[in-house]
Amino acid sequence: MSTAELLSKQEYKYGFVTDIESDMIPRGLTEDTIRLIVEKKNEPDWMLEFRLKAFRQWLTMTEPKHWPNLVYPKIDYQDIIYYSAPKQKVTKKSLDEVDPELLRTFEKLGIPLSEQKQLAGVAVDAVFDSVSVATTYKEKLKKHGVIFCSFTEAIRDYPDLVKKYLGSVVPTNDNFFAALNSAVFSDGSFCFIPKGVRCPMELSTYFRINNAESGQFERTLIVAEEGSYVSYLEGCTAPKFDKNQLHAAVVELIALDDAQIKYSTVQNWYAGDEQGVGGIYNFVTKRGKCAGRNSKISWTQVETGSAITWKYPSCILAGDNSIGEFYSVALTNHAQQADTGTKMIHLGKNTRSTIISKGIAAGRSNNSYRGLVKVMPKAEGARNYTQCDSMLIGSKCGANTFPYIEVMNDSSSVEHEASTSKISEEQLFYLQQRGISQEDAVSLIINGFCKDVFLQLPMEFAVEATRLLGLKLEGSVG
Amino acid sequence: MLEIRNLHAAIDGNEILKGINLTVKKGEIHAIMGPNGSGKSTLAKVLAGHPQYEVTAGEVIYEGRNLLELSPDERAREGVFMAFQYPIEVPGVSNAQFLRLAYNEKRKHHGEEELDPLEFKDLLKERAKVVEMDASFMSRSVNEGFSGGEKKRNEILQMAVLEPKLSVLDETDSGLDIDALRVVANGVNQLHTPNDAIIVVTHYQRLLNYIVPDFVHVLASGRIAREGGKELALELESKGYDWIKTEDNGKGAGAPAQ
Repeated sequence: MSTAELLSKQEYKYGFVTDIESDMIPRGLTEDTIRLIVEKKNEPDWMLEFRLKAFRQWLTMTEPKHWPNLVYPKIDYQDIIYYSAPKQKVTKKSLDEVDPELLRTFEKLGIPLSEQKQLAGVAVDAVFDSVSVATTYKEKLKKHGVIFCSFTEAIRDYPDLVKKYLGSVVPTNDNFFAALNSAVFSDGSFCFIPKGVRCPMELSTYFRINNAESGQFERTLIVAEEGSYVSYLEGCTAPKFDKNQLHAAVVELIALDDAQIKYSTVQNWYAGDEQGVGGIYNFVTKRGKCAGRNSKISWTQVETGSAITWKYPSCILAGDNSIGEFYSVALTNHAQQADTGTKMIHLGKNTRSTIISKGIAAGRSNNSYRGLVKVMPKAEGARNYTQCDSMLIGSKCGANTFPYIEVMNDSSSVEHEASTSKISEEQLFYLQQRGISQEDAVSLIINGFCKDVFLQLPMEFAVEATRLLGLKLEGSVG
Repeated sequence: MLEIRNLHAAIDGNEILKGINLTVKKGEIHAIMGPNGSGKSTLAKVLAGHPQYEVTAGEVIYEGRNLLELSPDERAREGVFMAFQYPIEVPGVSNAQFLRLAYNEKRKHHGEEELDPLEFKDLLKERAKVVEMDASFMSRSVNEGFSGGEKKRNEILQMAVLEPKLSVLDETDSGLDIDALRVVANGVNQLHTPNDAIIVVTHYQRLLNYIVPDFVHVLASGRIAREGGKELALELESKGYDWIKTEDNGKGAGAPAQ
């Protein structure tokens, strides 16, 4: 056997297409497109204004093509369908009214929605193309005062909350993709945890892109009031198409005094084939604001899919003593590209942040960590610890680390550690000599490498993540 | 159990083994000695199936099968074990997790039921006594931060757990102080039964005071230059390897063993 070489043959098991009639609007994006979306969704005027403002800002902005370590052809924003919804009854009183084809789709994805089969302990909002098709355990959560519903319902039923927080963490003009999302987002999830409530179950959103021609632009907004706690999970898959599809989401988190939000993602969008044809462009803006004292926001992400990942889940540590955490595993194989990391902005006194990033590159892929730690003048006693480790499998892939550190307060401390390693033939041979197959050996080494991050995931997610990494790398060393 | 016939092996095109013949029977302990660069470790690695070595001629029959056709992990599951001269670190993977996976792979291979973590813990605790290792080693990452002696003991622990039929100990004595050497040798002696065989690869005679071989084979330039009983090791110790080298000149090397 020569040195590690790429021979992956792993099939993407979520690559099927659901045959369902869709209500689509014509391709392209103008103010009329936005008016049409608003009309379809029957939204109030303030939403139309929010969207139009974002759209006008977007027109003046340029795509961030220069600073990320990513290469891709020009995206034709007029060639995308901005709204595609499965045709079904307008109002769904219960889950039984959801199109059985959709229920079957989610069941196939491991997300049973029907009353009898719902996952225990996890409430799910299922988003299919542009709309949320079902949300489980809504009533049970309501008893605890927890609001968990689709964004469309939130605009209709809780307009004051939405108005207050929408765009408060990620302004409409924050960046090119956030502006685009603000203009055209079609659905997503809304969570509100009232004062003093510990959310009794995990909340989760499962995103599914089905339509070959549409993009997905969803919005997630989570508000945790004083002293509350919520753990939120996000999963995503898409069918295999030859064409690239755009996914530009915005996630905003707000934690008030003593509140805690734990946000976990296992991202498994279709990554394209071995030659890099097709796959999702995952251009996502995720940001949390620790607005209150002693609040805490923790991001954990396991990024395994997408042709391109451009994503920097960040924390604004405004409240004194607030804590931001970022735990990330980003795996790229074949022709995948990832430029991902975080931003920790220390504003309040004694704020703390931890960044643990594990990048794994195989095949011809390119994997970059990009992170900013910024300590503002008033952030007395702020502390940051950053650890970035990269692992290379084979000799045709690349790993990069781009740390940005800006410190404007002398009493703060910032630590940065980085390492790059390779799975060595010796390591594999050692494990094989003990009777462990080569593939299991790779999987064992990778899981050991990612352990610090997996420990942060909720139990079932950790099992899923472990399995997923094994699958993604199957045959990548040979 | 093991029959090596005219084995030639190369790394990066350089031939290291130039016709090794060796027969190992159940219950026997063989010592392979020789100066640096004579091919001792190469022989161990070729038996274990190290991917960097290419077998260019000859054959190895193990338990009636062509060993060279099997992948390293298949060999291991069939009972071939190699204790590494430089045990490898696997960060983030606990010793217990690693050993259980290895143990269960072997059980699966032999159609036996896998042990769950609790059952395995009991077994591990029992086996760890062989090398006097305490429980704290089981939750630490494989070989990470282990001292040289701890790494070698960990190798013998793996041998104790996997119960191999044929063990090849590659310079297990290197880097060990006398106390650690005694613990390791004691462990090996406890594990040795009439049903398995052990090949001890070593540069020095020292280890053979503790693990007493039935046969000693001395390698020089990729061939077996001399063979004998345990007294050969002592003779070597007093005369040094130069003695073999000079005597070997002119003599047809690679004569069949025994």
